[in-house]
Amino acid sequence: MNRLTNSLDFQAQALTLRAERQRLIASNIANADTPGYVARDMDFASALREATGTQAAGSTMTGDTATARGHIPIGTGSTSELGLKYAAPSQTNLDSNTVDMDRERASFVDNSVKYEATLRFINTDVRTMLDAMKSPSQG
Amino acid sequence: MSMMKIFDISGSAVSSQSQRLNVVASNLANVDTVAGPDGKAYKAREVNFQTVLMNTPDGSPGAGVRVAGVTENQAPGRKVHDPANPSADADGYVTYSNVNAVDEMVNMISASRSYQNNIEVMNTAKTLLMKTLQMGQG
Repeated sequence: MNRLTNSLDFQAQALTLRAERQRLIASNIANADTPGYVARDMDFASALREATGTQAAGSTMTGDTATARGHIPIGTGSTSELGLKYAAPSQTNLDSNTVDMDRERASFVDNSVKYEATLRFINTDVRTMLDAMKSPSQG
Repeated sequence: MSMMKIFDISGSAVSSQSQRLNVVASNLANVDTVAGPDGKAYKAREVNFQTVLMNTPDGSPGAGVRVAGVTENQAPGRKVHDPANPSADADGYVTYSNVNAVDEMVNMISASRSYQNNIEVMNTAKTLLMKTLQMGQG
């Protein structure tokens, strides 16, 4: 079972994190005119590494926490500790708002494209799995 | 569905920006208002934005906007010497509102750009959500 869903689990974590980042960027864009607001972003690579356990991407999650043979491994992934970072202001601003609209828009588009890519990976995984389940006679 | 929060976040920004646009509209409408018999001319208004936390139930951060209040610009109104005007004071000066039309136009452009930005964020979030709904179907 684990071998079947391993890649799917990984992509699901990635998708969740992409959605989180999308929300962060939406917050930044929403607060582009709020005085004193400090823009935030996440370090996606380290957040994903943390969410899927410290092992290499796509590998088995936290097998060491299983204390009995029948235990189902659970990822250590907790989306509440995302390692949020504060964006350094690129230009000084009189109202100390650090949202850089150009950067935010670029990140937003970048993140949506990668979200769609992850979705596509999941869809392909599902299709591969379904193909593997079919009997030869079904073509 | 943490993506759903995007609609709350961007929605709050859109409504705040539209309130700002409303204030700009009333300022621009009153740019040539003269002080009434009470001697008080229209004062330019401006909105103050404030971040409001919109965390998801699991504690993931999100930040919306709200209008904390509308303040009146206390700068003195423009005075024009026009003794023939019925609203002129004893010295022949007419007090106009303190609205600066250039400031208001800049404010208007900024508000409408921010409005558009947030609408676009919502559109993208909607597209992504629709695609997520079709996950595994092909």
